[in-house]
Amino acid sequence: MAVITPTTPTAADEADALLRAHTLRGRAITFARRKPLGTAGLIIVLLIMVAGIFAGWIAPFDPEENDFASMMVAPGLDHILGTDQFGRDIFSRLVYGARTAMIVGFGAAVGGGMIGLVLGVSSAYFGGWFDLVLQRIFDILMAFPLIILALAVVSVFGTGVFNVVVAITIPLVPRCGRVVRASALAVREIPYVDAARALGFGHARIVLCHMVPNVLAPFLILLSAFVGQAILAEASLSYLGLGVQEPVAAWGLMLQGSAEDYATTAPWIAIFPGLAIVLTVLGASLFGDALRDAIDPKLRNR
Amino acid sequence: MHRYIITRLLLAIPTLAGAAALVFILMRLIPGDVCVIRLGSGGAHVDLQALAMCRSQLGLDQPMVMQFLSFLGHYAVFDFGVSMWSGNPVWQEILLRLPVSLEVSLLATVIAVLLAIPLGTLSALKENSGLDHVVRVLAIAGIATPSFWLGIMSLILVLNVSAAISGRPWLPPIDYVPLWKDPLYNLSIVLLPAITVGYRYSAVTMRLTRSAMLEVMREDYIRTARAKGLLEQIVVNRHALKNALLPVVTLIGIEFAFLIGGLVVTEQVFNLNGIGRLLVQAVQNQDNVLAQALVMLVVVVFIVVNLVVDVLYAWLDPRIRYS
Repeated sequence: MAVITPTTPTAADEADALLRAHTLRGRAITFARRKPLGTAGLIIVLLIMVAGIFAGWIAPFDPEENDFASMMVAPGLDHILGTDQFGRDIFSRLVYGARTAMIVGFGAAVGGGMIGLVLGVSSAYFGGWFDLVLQRIFDILMAFPLIILALAVVSVFGTGVFNVVVAITIPLVPRCGRVVRASALAVREIPYVDAARALGFGHARIVLCHMVPNVLAPFLILLSAFVGQAILAEASLSYLGLGVQEPVAAWGLMLQGSAEDYATTAPWIAIFPGLAIVLTVLGASLFGDALRDAIDPKLRNR
Repeated sequence: MHRYIITRLLLAIPTLAGAAALVFILMRLIPGDVCVIRLGSGGAHVDLQALAMCRSQLGLDQPMVMQFLSFLGHYAVFDFGVSMWSGNPVWQEILLRLPVSLEVSLLATVIAVLLAIPLGTLSALKENSGLDHVVRVLAIAGIATPSFWLGIMSLILVLNVSAAISGRPWLPPIDYVPLWKDPLYNLSIVLLPAITVGYRYSAVTMRLTRSAMLEVMREDYIRTARAKGLLEQIVVNRHALKNALLPVVTLIGIEFAFLIGGLVVTEQVFNLNGIGRLLVQAVQNQDNVLAQALVMLVVVVFIVVNLVVDVLYAWLDPRIRYS
């Protein structure tokens, strides 16, 4: 009787190797090898996230403390990115601003995305009047200027990071809902939905357990794009004075009123916060693009 | 086709009514009203009698439902009302501010299209070449860069360069002069804003042009066209580009509609007195009539542009039929 020695490769080992390719870690390694730019994007986003979480340890100065003895100091040894018109250390404000950007970016993207996902799938599943009415509501929200929504939210509930998240979440809902609905319409025609219905499952169970998982690919792609869009929207709102308020550190806020006033004397006040925004959104976009190619090769290069 | 257009126009009515209701409610949710702001500016003591008189003059003492119905009723006969803040007719206020916004948007669109379509096409035709990589980096950077920051950077550059050359810093003028009166002066106002907005716009369009071109160039009919011995130029221009541009046309239209509503920040950076800033002022002054009119204008532009794009789509691609 032949004894299989553990040193030779067996069918079980091969199956194990195959299995590894489908584990999260295996997939991550494949992703990093095939998509270097996307991995770089992910690393950028993760670094910004770490900076935001551990801002208290990383920032060398208090981001909100004015130091009138060192106003508009050029980048140097003491203040690596210089100080602003109130003597606040720009690097420290950037690090704390990362926290604001991440909260708003991920908060609004996940919030808007999730609501849009459920509404979009339900709209496709139920059809009829529900679909028609919901789509008209989406029309209204899509056409409605973000600024008015933000102004109203901020005037009614007050300024603050959470309210900015709410203001940016609302316009993201229809954008996600539209795309998800289109995919869900195709899923609805697949027989297993009928099968689930024939088995007597409730609407909520069919929508959440059977349809939602099958539209996750376009959803994840949208979500990664939303993070960047939300960060850009937060920056614009804060720049207009409708978002996060002084003295909280936020990148858009740091650009407010600094452009023409200090253009010739202290351009670094305007340069670095903008670079931080560009870098973060770039990271999110690169990662999103790579993720889309990996999940759905049909959409490549879109 | 006519049936389709009429259906779409009819479907636009509930959307418009919904938008009207939304802006109406949002404006009333904001605490305080135009009378409080007008009479109480500068921290002066507000005379209650004057306040009541101002409110009854503007119809703010009417029940909400009556106010809303009168708002809808007047819009149905194209009466957009009088600004609660300045007392001028709303259409006059808007017409005064619209040209500069429209000009920036149109110029930005022209810049975007002129940049995006040739570059996107070339990048697709020479996939993975040096040019392709440059175009892709340009495109993704354009999407990541906030246009207002680009505006600030361009102003800093202009200030520093002009100061270095002539010794006197120069900034684009902010008093609007129509194009036909003084073209050079007009361009010096709108060119920088149009470039900064147009760059972002072109980045989005460039990516779509490239991907659509890549997809079309792999189609069978392109191989057939080449097999017939057609010049590559004709294959690209007549066969590929015409089909690849279909989704691009849609995107250009939708982005243009968003642009009109999203000019606020750019106008703030360049100190332009366009409708974006008018909208912010109207909301801050609680000038409900003006704010409602501006929001409705943006929504109408959005709906009309979307409809035009869809109709254009069917006209460009005979395979698409609406019923």
